[in-house]
Amino acid sequence: MTSLTLVRRIKARPSVVFDALVTAEGIAQWWGPDAGPVLIAEVEARVGGRFRVRFRMLDGSEHESSGEFLEVSPPSRVRMTWRWTGGAEDPGESVLDIALRAVGEGTEVTLTHALLGSEETRRSHEEGWSGALDKLVALFA
Amino acid sequence: MNAAERLDRTFAALSDPTRRAILARLERERDGATVSALAKPLTVKLPAVMKHLDVLDDAGLVWRSKQGRTVTVRLAPRPMREAMEWLGRYERFWSASLDRLALHAEAREAELRKGGR
Repeated sequence: MTSLTLVRRIKARPSVVFDALVTAEGIAQWWGPDAGPVLIAEVEARVGGRFRVRFRMLDGSEHESSGEFLEVSPPSRVRMTWRWTGGAEDPGESVLDIALRAVGEGTEVTLTHALLGSEETRRSHEEGWSGALDKLVALFA
Repeated sequence: MNAAERLDRTFAALSDPTRRAILARLERERDGATVSALAKPLTVKLPAVMKHLDVLDDAGLVWRSKQGRTVTVRLAPRPMREAMEWLGRYERFWSASLDRLALHAEAREAELRKGGR
């Protein structure tokens, strides 16, 4: 299955990181790839609840994504569906999975963003390709 | 096949080390390589290589052309490029966002500690 996984260590306890992930005030502080502002952050962090986040980048372009919470387990895991709204930039719905683990006085964050392919291709390739990314990048960079 | 399915097929095809090795080789050989030349450095036997080539062909990652008894295999760059673009886009987005998340959470943590919590 098509997916990207990133792992980070953050010097803050899991509950602090979790709040930043599932509250509108928290999301407004960090969502987006550059210092451009978050314009809209609507978050209803419960299973079946929705989120909508719109941000502007420094180049002036605006991007919005929305989805539905699939799992909200404070302070260790949050999972939601994800779709770019109104853009041709994403070929389909994807799932964002963020897992938090206490490490010392900090938190290890494992973020996985997976594109949902057809059920058939997913079933026939269950072995996935996790771990292959680094090698792949090295091969084709 | 829509774009999501195409990406899915590409990544599934890339899940195998032998197939990645074949693609890496073809990446270097722009004029293509014969099946026997591809099989030579690999540890798997020729029939297995043929099967891997079928998977890569189905995913649209390679083109095969036959001349007489010789089959030449070439890399089809587009699906690979699409896959790398998909990964690259999310990698940039999340990598930068996580940097900012870390800054925010660490500042918040420092506040809490100063407040004795």
